Amino acid sequence: MRLYAAVAVSGFRRYATYRVATAAGVFTNTVFGFIVAYTYIALWNERPHLGGYDRSQALTFVWVSQALLGAASLIGGGFQEELQERIRSGDIAVDLYRPADLQLWWLANDLGRAAFQLLGRGVVPLAVGALAFELTLPTSALTWSFFLMSVFLGILVGFALRYLVGLCAFWMLDGSGLSLLSVLLTMFFSGLTLPLTVFPGALGDVARALPWSAMLQVPVDVLLERRHGAAGLGAALGFQALWAVVLLLAGRGLQAVATRKVVVQGG
Amino acid sequence: MGRVDGFIELEGVEKVFQVRRRAGLLRRERREVRAVDGIDFRVPRGEMVGYIGPNGAGKSTTIKMLTGILTPSAGRLRVAGIDPSRERTRLARRIGVVFGQRTTLWWDLPLRDSYGLVRRMYRIPDSRYRANLERCVELLDLGALLDVPVRQLSLGQRMRGDIAAALLHDPEVLYLDEPTIGLDVVSKAKVREFLRDVNAEQGTTVLLTTHDLTDIEQLCKRVMVIDHGRLVYDGGLDGLHAVGESERTLVVDLERELPPIDDVPGARPVKVEGPRQWLAFPATRSAAPIVAAVAERYPLVDLSVREPDIEEVIARMYADRSAL
Repeated sequence: MRLYAAVAVSGFRRYATYRVATAAGVFTNTVFGFIVAYTYIALWNERPHLGGYDRSQALTFVWVSQALLGAASLIGGGFQEELQERIRSGDIAVDLYRPADLQLWWLANDLGRAAFQLLGRGVVPLAVGALAFELTLPTSALTWSFFLMSVFLGILVGFALRYLVGLCAFWMLDGSGLSLLSVLLTMFFSGLTLPLTVFPGALGDVARALPWSAMLQVPVDVLLERRHGAAGLGAALGFQALWAVVLLLAGRGLQAVATRKVVVQGG
Repeated sequence: MGRVDGFIELEGVEKVFQVRRRAGLLRRERREVRAVDGIDFRVPRGEMVGYIGPNGAGKSTTIKMLTGILTPSAGRLRVAGIDPSRERTRLARRIGVVFGQRTTLWWDLPLRDSYGLVRRMYRIPDSRYRANLERCVELLDLGALLDVPVRQLSLGQRMRGDIAAALLHDPEVLYLDEPTIGLDVVSKAKVREFLRDVNAEQGTTVLLTTHDLTDIEQLCKRVMVIDHGRLVYDGGLDGLHAVGESERTLVVDLERELPPIDDVPGARPVKVEGPRQWLAFPATRSAAPIVAAVAERYPLVDLSVREPDIEEVIARMYADRSAL
């Protein structure tokens, strides 16, 4: 376990070395936050209580999205491209002979990255948003801690999804199409484009049941205290945890198949 | 090699890949590629062996099987009594691997951080880790590099960093896949000297693949040559000359310009340049009778004997095989 802790610390430090990139990320997130915020203001003026949010809650949704953009890899980034590249170039051989578990290694690495990006790229945009607009942020420390727990589970789900996509590089020489598809699905079904509560009927039900909603929609609803009480929180966090377990296990399965393919067929 | 007690043992090891190729719009053709086609060898503990062959001969495939990341299609393979592909993780703690063209180091972080991870990964006790790191730093001249991010290192520095990373956990076996590729003369010399020390002092068994035959000449008493997935030679470096039918060259300076010397048995003229002539004779034969014969019949001023070039020998070996 100490190995993976060390890997996570290294993942954190890796991203921490690039200060200019971090500053650029913060700047971009903040600018986009303003653009989307004004779009939402226009939308919510036209249709108040769209998706069950009032204007302030909708703006909170915007700024939390920007704060989580890097940490939860809502528009890509993170380890997935690196994993694909290592598979494509054969560098994965180095990872395979190490006495360490491939999935745990990458997970630890990605959690380190996410922790850095949550602090480095998350705090400032949210603070700027809170200063510039009237946001609905909870006063209860308990809600904040449930929110962080939900964010953590969302990051796990995001990792598990992207690990599956990354492993496909064992079968596909060019994974860029699949990566693009993955980013589009994430952007839409996480709620980044519009909160999933806005979608009506069956589309909304399906969107809210898919794993991507665990990455953004659920954490925001926990923060907005729309999921509250033991039952509400239990259902929200349970939903995320269930998807995390299912997808991580699927990743292990796919990893076993991929490793066998490499080991037996030479990739 | 007789019945040596093998630390690394291969018996009839094969690796066959299925390659699928597009043949027409939808039809796929399956083709078998025998990357390793029945190899036997044993390497006793503490030996340093060169493993050479042209590109695509099966060297890296063999190394991958020895680390357990590839399973042999047939045959028996043991490293330290362990079947690598079955117990890859257990074996990993006892072996070190350096792929010259790949790196285990973390690109964005200082060298020291990567070593910290190696320490955790192999659960190296503190005192041993410190001692090993100190030794590597001293011998590989890494002192000034420990706090430099790996992406800023030169190729030679990175390679030295990678070799150190492979040795921190005191592996009993070290596989080196082209450890001197792309290095300048000074870096190569440094790496070779270090490997010689490790082998002599720690008794580490070393299997070395390379395209640089100077590596082999300077480090290995024994060399194995693989081509088209088969061992075509296994023995001492000297024996390679006999097998490769290599020739030594006698260079003679005569008093004056004369027609080519063609009446000395066992030698044939290959070049004439004024009073200097080059005579080739089999590397396995003694130079003495040829020198005597020349001295007896011609006005000899000076002479020298040139040893065969190992690269030529091996080039001829590869060429012979591909002609088959």
